[in-house]
Amino acid sequence: MKYLDEFRDQTLAAPLLDELRRSVTRPFRIMEVCGTHTMAIFRNGLRSLLPEGLELISGPGCPVCVTSASHIDAILSMAEQPKVRIALFGDLFRVPGSNGLSLAHASSQGAKVDIVYSPMDSLELAKRHPDELIIFLGVGFETTTPGIAATIMAAQNNNVDNFAVFSTHKVMPPPLMALLNDPELQIDGLLCPGHVSTIIGAGAYQPLVEEYGLACVVGGFEPADILQALIMLARQVGQGEARVENAYTRAVRWEGNARAQQMVSKIFEPVDTEWRGLGTIPLSGLAIRDSYAQFDAEKRLDIKLIPAEEPRGCRCGEILKGKQRPPQCPLFGTRCTPGNPVGPCMVSSEGTCAAFYKYGG
Amino acid sequence: MRVVEIQGSPDDFLSGQIAVVDADGIRKETRLDVVDRWPDIGDYLIIHAGFAIHTLEAKEAEINLRLMRELAENVAALENADGRS
Amino acid sequence: MNPKNSILLDHGSGGIASQELISGLFLKHLDNKILSSLEDSAVLENHPGKLAFSTDSYVVDPIFFPGGDIGTLAVHGTINDLAMRGARPLCLSLGLILEEGLDLDDLERVIISIGKACKEAEVPIVTGDTKVVPRGKGDKIFINTSGIGIVAEEVNISSTMARAGDVIILSGSMGDHGITIMTRRAGISLDGNLASDSASLHKLVALLLDGLPADSLHTLRDPTRGGVATSLNEIAAAAHLMAEIHETDIPVHKEVRAACEIMGLDPLYLANEGKCLVLVAPEQADETLKLMQSTSVGKESAVIGSLKKGTPGQVVLRTAIGGSRILTPLHGEPLPRIC
Repeated sequence: MKYLDEFRDQTLAAPLLDELRRSVTRPFRIMEVCGTHTMAIFRNGLRSLLPEGLELISGPGCPVCVTSASHIDAILSMAEQPKVRIALFGDLFRVPGSNGLSLAHASSQGAKVDIVYSPMDSLELAKRHPDELIIFLGVGFETTTPGIAATIMAAQNNNVDNFAVFSTHKVMPPPLMALLNDPELQIDGLLCPGHVSTIIGAGAYQPLVEEYGLACVVGGFEPADILQALIMLARQVGQGEARVENAYTRAVRWEGNARAQQMVSKIFEPVDTEWRGLGTIPLSGLAIRDSYAQFDAEKRLDIKLIPAEEPRGCRCGEILKGKQRPPQCPLFGTRCTPGNPVGPCMVSSEGTCAAFYKYGG
Repeated sequence: MRVVEIQGSPDDFLSGQIAVVDADGIRKETRLDVVDRWPDIGDYLIIHAGFAIHTLEAKEAEINLRLMRELAENVAALENADGRS
Repeated sequence: MNPKNSILLDHGSGGIASQELISGLFLKHLDNKILSSLEDSAVLENHPGKLAFSTDSYVVDPIFFPGGDIGTLAVHGTINDLAMRGARPLCLSLGLILEEGLDLDDLERVIISIGKACKEAEVPIVTGDTKVVPRGKGDKIFINTSGIGIVAEEVNISSTMARAGDVIILSGSMGDHGITIMTRRAGISLDGNLASDSASLHKLVALLLDGLPADSLHTLRDPTRGGVATSLNEIAAAAHLMAEIHETDIPVHKEVRAACEIMGLDPLYLANEGKCLVLVAPEQADETLKLMQSTSVGKESAVIGSLKKGTPGQVVLRTAIGGSRILTPLHGEPLPRIC
């Protein structure tokens, strides 16, 4: 594919890898914020090639991983209702709630659950099933939220009244600040997400540089992109610098995508929300504004979120904070496997534990 | 993916703002509701969950690629000069 | 849809309606001496050698797709399972479970497909059965085919015969069937040159059995559900060896790659219905490749890796950029990813 294959080319990657090795002048730790980076690094075999001294730890950038058990329980209770059809991205299908059951189990018991590729597909479902309420599970960070906002606008413009969104959308900079405020967390830099940054802009990480003195580099997802970003991080760290750099210039600008940002603030407003493993983080979530209340599943079905216990032994929280690696969790590979996950880190295709399990340490 | 057809316009909210994109003979419709710059035919789109989130001209991608290639060539030249392989 | 042109419960009752369906539709397109005798069982001649026996059921949705339909899958799939043990397929059975209300034209289309596939493969359907379930208790049509084949006495093909050093050859492009089905399912629409690769492989296998010295052809496997990655895991585990394959050597059509990219799927885990993995002694690898490439189903055959001593059961992929990663078996349905 054009403008993908070129960035996967061995002739480009090999010299970049050499340059990375040369640039790592002292041991340092980088947090990969984004789950897609975690998967890409494993999938391309980059993990096996990274030089000694460069340690990558995973962060909270997996939207399914950080969906709390109480949200999953609420989703399951909606799925049980007779005239409700749930539409969702595939990743959420196997995530367990507080009693170990998931939408996969609900589907086997007769719940109407449809996996879709795009939120707009759920409007198609609404048209096809006029006697049902189609609820789209809004999960995702800033890359995904604009599309859901646009879908709500399209529903309004086309008078679709049997459609609503259950929003567990979250925004990126707040959890990073919450993590960085933890004095036990030692990192030198951030590999910043690619497509989230397309929306929020590279400039969004400037406060992190100013407040925490972290090197921040925005990276794309192809091997050459990741290597380029790591080289820039290694150089900053080696030279004792801290600034925001953009290695993904073909997709990310300093100010981001204003049109998408406006669409989101029209439909959504910031709220406090619970992150699995991290607790409640102020103004880190997005709720649908009152002016669009008819498209808010929580209001329409009068959903009350009931606080849920995290599964016992599950270390997802520590793993998301980058404090532990999957093999350190007592459940990893034994009680918790992709086929039988305990926490979302193992279920989601982007989850740190799933990646570790599939691709090896 | 490369834009081959466009339906609707930036101000058109009723009948869907859609681009048909092509990659290696695979064509797909993608929504343009949240894209930053309205694309021209021949531009490339970055797509997420059925929505275009960024338009880029071939030129911008080429620049990114060229910078990386230059870096790679410089590294290779350095190695040759050092006598390393 | 015409209610007069649909399957009714009566069609499954064994009475006159059933007979009319059999003679008017099944025998019309599947006719051969054994089947048309319509006895309770097909009695077959004795053949020297070992008997191979396989069964498979087909529930694919949609039932029609580019490159084939549920009928062609049902014929090729069971023929291939027999061929993968080095058997010459002799005959098939055909069991149908039809949903009340199934359009008779759709049914005829499937039966015609089955007839054509059997004729081309030269493997007849010699016995069959039809049941009808009430509307809503099925999904248009479910098919079971079982097959009998003959394995020559001296032929011993199985995953336990694989040896360290064996070369792994894939008979053609990967992922075509799986991506075609996934993109045809409701809600996901892509246009492009995607088609299932559904095909029979027994003639390719016969060519290899004839053309290679005995004992050099060790293992055959058709990577259906779970894809090449899962099949290699099964072989490596059974052989207590490690499999290593090279990403850049694996043939993948660019359309398949593009579609997988868009949907967040990995072609290594997508089903193939007309391909096989061939594990052969290294000194015969070149000749095997040549023989495979001389066939129409195997013209894109390529060496993709080898078996080695190493962590038993492990499958390692050497990536395009020179790194490596472990390919674990598929745990469940591949799901399209959001990021």
